[in-house]
Amino acid sequence: MIEAVGLTKRFGAKTAVDGLSFQVKPGHVTGFLGPNGSGKSTTMRMILGLDRPTAGQVTINGLPFRELPNAQRHVGALLDAKAVHGGRRARAHLLSIAQLSGIPEKRVDEVLGVVGLQDAARQRTKGFSLGMGQRLGIATALLGDPQVLLFDEPVNGLDPEGILWVRNLMRQLAAEGRTVFVSSHLMSEMALTADHLIVIGRGRLLSDMSTQDFITHNSAGFARVRVAGNGPDGRVILGTALTKAGGRVLQEPDGALRVTGLELPRISDLAHETGVRLWELSPHRASLEEAYMRMTQSSVEYTSTDDPRAELWEPEPLTVPDWEEEVQAPVVPAETAASFFAPPPPGSAARPFLMPGSPADLAPAAQNSPEEPR
Amino acid sequence: MAFTAVLKSEWTKIRTVASTSWTLACALLVTVGISALLCSFVSSRFKDMSAAEKLTFDPTMTSFAGMSLGQLAMIVFGVLVVGTEYSSGMIRTSLAAVPRRASFLFGKLTVATALALVVGLATSFLSFFLGQALLGDHGIGIGEDNVLRAVAGAGVYMALIALFSMGVTAVLRSSILALGILMPFFFLISTILGAFEATRKVAQYFPDQAGSKIMETVTDTTNQVHAPYGPWGGLGIMLLWVLAAVLGGYLVLKKRDA
Repeated sequence: MIEAVGLTKRFGAKTAVDGLSFQVKPGHVTGFLGPNGSGKSTTMRMILGLDRPTAGQVTINGLPFRELPNAQRHVGALLDAKAVHGGRRARAHLLSIAQLSGIPEKRVDEVLGVVGLQDAARQRTKGFSLGMGQRLGIATALLGDPQVLLFDEPVNGLDPEGILWVRNLMRQLAAEGRTVFVSSHLMSEMALTADHLIVIGRGRLLSDMSTQDFITHNSAGFARVRVAGNGPDGRVILGTALTKAGGRVLQEPDGALRVTGLELPRISDLAHETGVRLWELSPHRASLEEAYMRMTQSSVEYTSTDDPRAELWEPEPLTVPDWEEEVQAPVVPAETAASFFAPPPPGSAARPFLMPGSPADLAPAAQNSPEEPR
Repeated sequence: MAFTAVLKSEWTKIRTVASTSWTLACALLVTVGISALLCSFVSSRFKDMSAAEKLTFDPTMTSFAGMSLGQLAMIVFGVLVVGTEYSSGMIRTSLAAVPRRASFLFGKLTVATALALVVGLATSFLSFFLGQALLGDHGIGIGEDNVLRAVAGAGVYMALIALFSMGVTAVLRSSILALGILMPFFFLISTILGAFEATRKVAQYFPDQAGSKIMETVTDTTNQVHAPYGPWGGLGIMLLWVLAAVLGGYLVLKKRDA
């Protein structure tokens, strides 16, 4: 269990970490997300007592790291894959670290096997690739068989097989009841690995919730509506009606409308009432990556308001409609949407349909929901 | 228990990098080689020396003539032992495993200084016996007055030079910076300042000039200037420098973020 309370670190005038408070609980992989320079590594270093906090404190199992007896047996860390003396052979490097805590030499060979570096054990580490360096760093973290593990960007430089291996290793370590704290700037990777997400930007806590909650709260859904012939008249009529009904409407570059705040049946009804034919009415969900970018972007830089694309990125007070929960819709980039979605077959235009994975899904979806309002 | 663990770890670290054996072998070979060269030169020209020079000839000191160059390799050894921790980032891995920085630093210094002392003593005894053999009739035996003190002292001097370099590097936290300051200081500045009457009063308190007094068995030789301290006093002055450097290194490591 790692607990930070009001953790703050200033370097001169720059505040790298600003009043951060969080808990990392055992039995979970906790992802630590933030853009580059958001204070992730500084936080990690403060957890490990390498940097002294300007204010606040961080404890591991109730004690500051520097006061932990036999720290290596409690906490293992991978901070920087290249933080090794290049002239030393991999095994000698691990042995020197192991000896600090009286860890037997046999354990060194064990961890070398665990990370798959048996054959490189007698190689000098300056010849290591970044991926091999990451594996050596992970081996260092595992040496003391610790209950608390910290990994700073462990998948950097790994090949896909290596990434999968790290992902499984993290999950396995957490399943054994350990506290696993992994930093990354890749939302897509963390969404697959972590059970819990702590997101920071500019050293401040932006979000601290389970991955599932994060997805639910942050991946805003919208409906894409395309009026027949892409005519401006129909678009204005429908847009006005939708706005009156409480929706928010944004126009995409190719003329389609992005509607939020209204459910698909309601949009369809309104189109019917105003006499506007539709060529497309499709549900979309912003990807987690987009949600994360949206969340952190404002904390990194302020996007200018006169850039029309900036509006699309703007966080909106969206409620996730119930139907959004049921399906994970793949996101379709706006510019390909027009060609991707052919005009729907006759009869289905006025019917709300769930986002189809393929055109074949369309028919059963329509048949199975006869009770849905038209 | 923790400290012996640090010693074991540091011993593993120091014996598993190539720079250790290179620098230490260099220190030994350069010192012994140049000393031997000078001894055979002096031996062949002894009859040409003035009477005063003959009277105050210090065969022990002469057999350590190569140490002013050999010590540079010792400095490199000391700098690299501490400096590579910083340049490689290994220090963060080390400190993430040993949170107590005092035991980390002093364990490292203990192991490296002990090794430097062993090599230093081997160097000084080898240099002495080879030098005396080459000096032949003009040489001196190890059993004479003050000679054993001078020979053992020369070994201690080398170890202290290494330790001083480690302390300075711990303060500066960079191999390049430490080498850039220590090398010119010991190779040029100290020698040049010691050569002039006006600056000698300051230079004689520099660690190398004060410390090397321990190697003399004849005081007030013609090419040596009278110093206001004896051999032990000189070693004491050097020890103060070393203590200051090590203390400074400890404070920097303790206070600053790694």
